[in-house]
Amino acid sequence: MRCAKCKGTAQVEVRRHHTAFCGPHFLEWFEAQVDRAVRRERMFAPQDRVLVAVSGGKDSLVLWDVLLRLGYRASGLHLNLGIGAYSQESQEKCEAFARDRGAELLVVDIPAEYGVGVEGLAQLAGRVACSACGLSKRYLFNRVALDRGFSVVATAHNLDDEAAVLLGNLIAGNVEALVRQAPVLESTHPGLVKKVKPLYRIAERETAAYAVLRGIDYVLDECPNSAGARSLLLKEALNVLERDAPGTKQNLYWNFLEKIRPLLRETSQSPALRSCAHCGQPTTGDVCAFCRMTERVAHKLRLRAAASSRAPEPVAVGALPETPAGGGDGGLWPSGGDSWGRPANPDTDRG
Amino acid sequence: MKVRIRHQRREVQVEGVRTVGELLDRLQLNPETVLVVRGTELLTRDARVADEDEIEIRPVVSGG
Repeated sequence: MRCAKCKGTAQVEVRRHHTAFCGPHFLEWFEAQVDRAVRRERMFAPQDRVLVAVSGGKDSLVLWDVLLRLGYRASGLHLNLGIGAYSQESQEKCEAFARDRGAELLVVDIPAEYGVGVEGLAQLAGRVACSACGLSKRYLFNRVALDRGFSVVATAHNLDDEAAVLLGNLIAGNVEALVRQAPVLESTHPGLVKKVKPLYRIAERETAAYAVLRGIDYVLDECPNSAGARSLLLKEALNVLERDAPGTKQNLYWNFLEKIRPLLRETSQSPALRSCAHCGQPTTGDVCAFCRMTERVAHKLRLRAAASSRAPEPVAVGALPETPAGGGDGGLWPSGGDSWGRPANPDTDRG
Repeated sequence: MKVRIRHQRREVQVEGVRTVGELLDRLQLNPETVLVVRGTELLTRDARVADEDEIEIRPVVSGG
């Protein structure tokens, strides 16, 4: 296979575009695709301060790398989720990346801030781990961006992520989440920072190829809580289609954005947002879902500490009565959510 | 050739395949879900491989 630009030996085939590139021309093509997405969707301008959510995985480090190369003012935000060695390695990868490039990295250590990691938050709040993790991410990305004066939060959702979320929401018939699925979510409240997805035109296989060719050192292991996740099943199904019909994922998502979402938006209304009574962040209720979760956890931690100081036997946290704190955790095709990880019902669960 | 499959945490010996496409067929891997690496070089489906090569197969699918 030959490079479409220079006729040298190709290293990366882009089947959905019927083309292939050598290493240098693939990197050039990739960066142009990201820059085009940023400009075309008016995600941010060169003077804007962009907060890139970085996990230590390939997609987020690639996004950060490309934005820095394109000359944008991009800082990283990493959340240490407190998931043992996985979280430790993830933070180390982010720190090494930032150090090598002289870039600013902000870190929020969830166990240090809230007493337990996301698995502990989930257990004590009666949620599944991915639900507590997603809620924490949505809340903290927004809050840190606001507190630090960033004009936009960039996440590394790629074409495969978006196509999988779209398929899941179609299966679940989740119209509300479909309306919210877009590469740009403008701020609709003074406390809500604009959110963008500059990799929405890029396939996951292409971000992995970019990472290898640029020598970006990323975490290869998956989060231990992701085994059996619904999103992986949807991606697997889409990749079977993509293998036999290249362009399926792109056509699914881009046709949705261009032809279907505008129709859905005409008939939908955005929920009214107010400020959380406890933290001031936007919410549809009186107290936001994140405050409700962390306050519940803090209460249980206090009970546990009090019990352990009174009696020789510590309180078994798992034995405490639990009430599920929101929708979307119930089964293989639950009530759905959007590609920002938000569940379907903003009244009960919006961060 | 020695093939290291990163996401399955295993290494296998494969003989008698001539291209990356044949290798992935033999291992029953969907080409959309992996990258095939030889040294620092990425290989396309039609790239020739030899029995003395050392190949790494990297997963590209992530998320949960």
